[in-house]
Formats: sequence, C-alpha cells, structure tokens
Amino acid sequence: MSDLLALTALQAHEAMVAGDLGAGEYADAWRAAAASDELNAYLWRDEGGDAGALAVERPSIAPVAVKDIFCTEGVPTTAGSRILEGYRPPYTATAVRRLLEAGAPILGKTNMDEFAMGSSNENSAYGPVLNPWDPGRVPGGSSGGSAAVVAGGLAPWALGTDTGGSIRQPASLCGIVGLKPTYGAISRYGMIAFASSLDQCGPLTRDVSDAALLLGILQGRDPCDSTSVGLPDAPRLPDREDLAGLRFAVPADLAREAIEPGVREVFEATLARIEALGGEVAEVALPHAEHGISAYYVIAPAEASSNLARYDGVRYGMRADSSGDTIEMYEATRAQGFGAEVKRRIMLGTYALSSGYYDAYYGQAQKVRTKIAADFEAAFAEFDFVVTPTSPSVAFGLGEKTDDPLAMYLNDFFTVPMSLAGIPAISIPAGLAEPAGGGPELPVGFQIAAPAFGEQKLLDAAYALEQAIGFDAAPSGAPYPPVPGKRATGTGGEGGG
Amino acid sequence: MPPVIEREQVLHVAKLARLGLSEEEVEKMAGELSGILEHVDRIAELELDDVEPTSHVVELENVWRADVPHESLDPAVALAQAPDPHDGSFRVPSPQAEE
Repeated sequence: MSDLLALTALQAHEAMVAGDLGAGEYADAWRAAAASDELNAYLWRDEGGDAGALAVERPSIAPVAVKDIFCTEGVPTTAGSRILEGYRPPYTATAVRRLLEAGAPILGKTNMDEFAMGSSNENSAYGPVLNPWDPGRVPGGSSGGSAAVVAGGLAPWALGTDTGGSIRQPASLCGIVGLKPTYGAISRYGMIAFASSLDQCGPLTRDVSDAALLLGILQGRDPCDSTSVGLPDAPRLPDREDLAGLRFAVPADLAREAIEPGVREVFEATLARIEALGGEVAEVALPHAEHGISAYYVIAPAEASSNLARYDGVRYGMRADSSGDTIEMYEATRAQGFGAEVKRRIMLGTYALSSGYYDAYYGQAQKVRTKIAADFEAAFAEFDFVVTPTSPSVAFGLGEKTDDPLAMYLNDFFTVPMSLAGIPAISIPAGLAEPAGGGPELPVGFQIAAPAFGEQKLLDAAYALEQAIGFDAAPSGAPYPPVPGKRATGTGGEGGG
Repeated sequence: MPPVIEREQVLHVAKLARLGLSEEEVEKMAGELSGILEHVDRIAELELDDVEPTSHVVELENVWRADVPHESLDPAVALAQAPDPHDGSFRVPSPQAEE
C-alpha cells in the first residue's frame, strides 16, 4: 500500500489512465492514510461510504484534500469558525465541482485559520494543525491543514486559498510546493469570502508537475464569478531543463530585512543554482514593497469586515441565545461565534472604513497598491521573475507569536506584495535550515513571482530549478520518495530521482 | 502622529460592526489596534495625491452574460440551515424589544 502512496498525483493519474492502477484501490489507500491523521489536519474525512453530492462516478485523478473554506454540498463547511459549526452548504464551489467533473474524489476538508485569517493555523476554532516535521511547531497558515496533509502523507495533494500568502507560506513551512495563481485564473464561486479583491485558490502539491496538473483542472472562466477570466492557454506539464536566457530579480532591499540566517543561506545557494542553470540574477528596486504589509492590513480587514457582515445568526450558522432585540441577537451571535483574530480584523476594517478615516486608511492603501503593482510592472519590463525567500523564517513554535498580532502579520512580508499586485507566485522547497533558536533542520521555501497570467513560464522555471535542487528531505514516516523525480515519459511508476 | 485608539472609539466601532465585546476584550482591543495602526500609519506619510487608487487588479470591462432562466435553490433547501426557520421565512427576535 505504501507503494501506492509513494506515487505523485501525476504518476498515479498516468498509471490509472494506462490501466496499471485501480482507482478504487488507490483512493482506498489514501482514505486509510487520511484516517491516521494525528496532526489535527482534517475537519471532515470521506469514510468511503456514500459521498452524496460529492460522488465521482469514474475516478481517474488522485483524491484531493480541500481546505474547509470551499462550500461542499451536504458536507460540513466551517471555514475554521465556530459561527459555521454544523453548516452544510446547499451547493458546491466551482473549484471543487471542476475536480469532481475531472474525476478527482474529495478526500476530506482541511483545518485552517478561521476565515483564512492567520499565518500559523492557531486561529482555528477547532485547534491548531501540527507541523509534520515537528509537532511542536506550526504548519503555517492559513492553508495549514492543506500543507500538513500533503507534507505528512495524509493526502496526495490539496486545495488551498491565498489572500496574502496563505498557500505559499504554509507550503514553505511544510517543505512542499504551493502556487498562488494570477487573480482571476480560478473561480471564487463558493469559496467563502475573506478579502474579495485578493482571494485566490490554488494547489498545494509534492512537486511542480502536480501543481501544473491541478492548476489545469481548476483554471477557467466561470459564469458564476464575473471576476474570473481563466488562463490564456491551458497549462501543460512543465519540461524546461535549464534557465538560460531568463532574468531573475532580487529585491534590492532584501539585504536589510530581518531574515533568519539559515533561510538567507538557502536563498543565496538557490540564487547560485539559478546562475549555474544559465539564469541571470540581478537586483531590482521595488520601492513600495516595504509598504505592502501596511496596505494589506488595511485593505484585507476592510473587505473582510464587509464580507463577514453576513454572519448574523439569521440565515445559516449558529445563533446565540439572546433575550433582546434583533441587534442584540446579532451582537451576541458574533461575540460567541467569532474568534479573537477575526474580531480584531473586523474592528480594524470597520475602523478603516468609518467616517473620517476612510481616505486616510482605505483610500491611501489602495494608492499604495497601485504603486506596488507599478513597481512589479517596471521590474518585469527588464526581468522574467522576481524571487524572494517565501517566509523570513522556518516553521516557528506553537504559541510563539500568538500574543503579538503585528509580529504574526510580518510573516507575510514577502508574500503580500504579489497578492496586492494580483500576480502569480510559487513557493518550492529549496533546502533545510536550522531554526534561529536551534534544533533540527526544517524546510525553507523559495518564492518565484511572474507577470500576470505568466503561469506557464513560472511553472517551467520552477520545474527546472526543482530538478536542480533535488530536495530530498521529508518528515519522518512520510510515504513518498524524498526526491521529486524528473518526470518519466510515458507511464509513471519509478519516480525517484 | 501614531493614532491611539481610546476605549470610546473601540465601543463606537464595535457598535458599527454589530460585534459584542467583553470588558476585557475592549481593553485588549484598544492596545492591539493602536499597535497595528502605528505600523499601518507609515503609509500616511507617502506623497500619493496624484495616484489612482486600485480596487481591483484585473482590467475588466463590464461582464455581460445571456439572461438564461435556471433553477434556483428550493426554498426548503435555502431554509434548512437557518437557526430559526418559520413558515417559509427566516425568523428573528423582534426589532423592537421593550426599552
């Protein structure tokens, strides 16, 4: 059975199509693996019975773990919040529907920071997810459950969402691949809204080829989301072997930033690898990127405060017992239903939008957003990609940053600017580093960002770099072969590199 | 000038947000919001008078679609998740509780 789990999703798909692998047997193996979850990573699992509206008639694609922010008809959907405890949506999100239609069963729903607000998964109402590399550490967030199940061998791949780094940062902290596509590449219909101008769904996978395969299933225009446009061309599997002729930009301010020494070392070694593959590396000025966190922590809470107004105890979700009038019922329901971080962001957003402060905060933040997008545009006139460490540190300890919201927000320093600009970015595991406080080595992610709708180029470059890095570490007990192998042509099976 | 959020402001914003806060939460929120806004306030100093604000990153013209009738959610299904459905409606406590 562990041999089955060793296959990447692409290898399994090829084997199923070739008739060498039974889809039922393969899905059963993953259901059994998911049932052994000791990381608190799943909030709901398919037990192999009647999947109801999520049933797949002829499975031919590896089963997917889906972040619990996607509505799934008849299946509990909480967004990590007490306020949606027991909620069973009457419809299914487009991204999930596309998976089912492609022949991919849903393996389970994964734990997450409440309403996707967080960088450590400690904001879930259902308890934190543990990092498979070290259960004393966080998996990152907010798609921490989705990252942990892939890294920990509890799912072949997973769906996450990224508003300011929520796919890339947990992928980095768990040693896997995470791709945030261009805003608009994938439908947001049925994806519970956090900050609508930033939210985008994307894959968390073991390797870059799997990310390309999953992106191909998910992307496309959807009449139910008029901001979705899809990608100009269906993504194909990446096959680039070198980086000759490609120019990689490193933000000039990077040297000044507070980055763990081990992370900086891996980052610099990866730049050297890019050069060894024929790529060119040079510095670029992104003068407004340093204001990304400030702009983001106005825009995202402002949009969230509006989006979360719908949780009022009337149409769905919990309602608090209250003897008072309608407004007292709203206030009591929201007081009991929301956790501390969600309350903080609702307050921050409501303040920023309130009369007298709107121009100073929300208006100004939107102008900073324009400048950040313009910085990237100028960089991409000269360069193919912008690269940074995904996260300034490796996975930190549970409870280490929970008392300091601002310190937690600064985790998103390298991922937020791309979200504000709406451009695609991928995190790939680049090596291991010792945490600043000492201890066993942990994964370090390398972020590559490309111009809007440049996913194919991004995947091709990430694939070439992935092959050269040959990241060969996995958490103990993980069933997959450590080296994301050069893809075999024809049927998969060997995999190891 | 870093903004300092006072207790009164916290209560005012909480009222706007229809968010009940305990006494303890009000105190904590005042300090935390002040700290976050002090960081966020750095953008107030940037000269951006001539810059167009960005509310949405993808350039989209008005998106049109054909007006095709389709099935809507059955009312019973729509009401099934409500905390207090009543007679085909969502029931709420009276908006005019005794003062």
